Amino acid sequence: MTRHLIIGTGVAGVSAAFAIRSVDPVAEIVLIGNEPDKFYSRPGLAYMLTKEIPEKMLFSIQAREFAAQRLSLVNGVVERVDPQGRSIFLRGGQRLDYDRLLFATGATAVMPDLPDIDLKGVVKLDNISDARRIIKLARAGKPAVVVGGGITALELVEGLARRGMNVHYLLRKDRYWGNVLDESESRIIESRLRHEGVTLHFHSDVEALLAKRGAVSGVRLVGGQVLPARLVAFAIGIRPRLSLARSARLEIDRGILVDEFLRTSAPDVYAAGDAAQAYDPNSGRHVLDSLWNPAREQGHTAGLNMAGQPTAYVRKTAFNVTRLAGLTTTIIGTVGGGRDDDLVGIARGDSEVWRDLPHAIACQTHVDVNRVRLMVGERTLVGAIVMGDQTLSQPLQELITEQVDITRVRTALVGANGTLSGVLVDFWKDWRQSRAN
Amino acid sequence: MSFRDKINEESLRRQALAVGLVVPDNTRCVQCGICSFNCPIGIDVRRHAWLGQSVEDSHCLTCGTCIQKCPRGVLRFERGSLHLELSEVRP
Repeated sequence: MTRHLIIGTGVAGVSAAFAIRSVDPVAEIVLIGNEPDKFYSRPGLAYMLTKEIPEKMLFSIQAREFAAQRLSLVNGVVERVDPQGRSIFLRGGQRLDYDRLLFATGATAVMPDLPDIDLKGVVKLDNISDARRIIKLARAGKPAVVVGGGITALELVEGLARRGMNVHYLLRKDRYWGNVLDESESRIIESRLRHEGVTLHFHSDVEALLAKRGAVSGVRLVGGQVLPARLVAFAIGIRPRLSLARSARLEIDRGILVDEFLRTSAPDVYAAGDAAQAYDPNSGRHVLDSLWNPAREQGHTAGLNMAGQPTAYVRKTAFNVTRLAGLTTTIIGTVGGGRDDDLVGIARGDSEVWRDLPHAIACQTHVDVNRVRLMVGERTLVGAIVMGDQTLSQPLQELITEQVDITRVRTALVGANGTLSGVLVDFWKDWRQSRAN
Repeated sequence: MSFRDKINEESLRRQALAVGLVVPDNTRCVQCGICSFNCPIGIDVRRHAWLGQSVEDSHCLTCGTCIQKCPRGVLRFERGSLHLELSEVRP
């Protein structure tokens, strides 16, 4: 009987376990994780902070389902992996042997290099324990400081604002998420945050954390300004958890390098999810994504391969739908460029390829807060951002991910301005019709 | 309105509801559970989204609450398997 060990109980690990079971009814499948709560929706933590759902709703797969699929869950920390001996060692010395091993170790929040970073009241939003801690510390009417960029920073800002805190959001440069959003989009988000009562501080950075009786009491900014704070939250990026893979001498770049079958450099060892750096056929590079669906697909594909059903992982166009300052926003393909000084590397809900400045013409339409920005390439649409009204979200998702030839309407799109939506929707309907026939 | 008209109207309403179906795009779903939490009759909509299945639950009111509450545009109405055109629903 084949024994599969899966390190990590996030969406990649769990998807792999179910995929193995779908192929092999008898294999032994063991998931090892150090989060006692096991599988929950990490992106859902944002909605727990805003009080849209109670904590218990985050647990989408119940223990009985793991039991029904005969998936064993081991609570423990893996300290060492020995690919030659085909075994792993848990803290406390327990050894587990494997036939196939999956690294689904995820990513962890990067914290700034500041003294006293472990003070009570200094938080991040990595897992459910962090969310619980934040909720416990949040007090209406009290000040909070959020530092960072990308989606997680806004989740913290909005969650704390919804809990009545006076939130100060610090940005290092002059606008929000400058390497994915364009200036108008950043301004829309910023003005909505102000409307929610958030105070934005541009060109600001924390120089020191201030403490009183063992807990954080505020921050001192570069330049000397002091902001009092009961809670200081950082979301300056994430980093794949690589120490185990490194000690096992797997080939590593920014993440664990995997081939199209999600195999690492060691025999019978696979990697999937935020920790894996997968091949992107569009750019010809190995890229990092920190997105739920690619993690799920990678886990599923790795599981099939582990169970002996060779399946190539075909990386799709990076795509995410999220809410930024209450505004539903779809980000597809390549839309920005350069780097964001508020982030180190990659953030959650992020993809490296969004920032590969495309050789494309940007055209846009803008009514109130509803905004569509299209990146029009020579023959295809290479990226888009849809903010607010989501009518074009699905059509653009399909036209971009399927790399539909748009030559017929390219001129109309580039010169469209106010009629952009109409041109796109008509084109999309025709394309769907022709595909159906 | 005659009794017969009332019956016709109700039948029309039900047929119109019956052709609408809540369909997920699971590439957008992150399993947060807002849909299931807000369903007035407790259908586990999220589970359908995980499995990529439309909500073919005879109890579904097709009220659209899950569609409206989903923060990621996962859910939408689609014509159901009855293949009734709206014109065909007319009495």
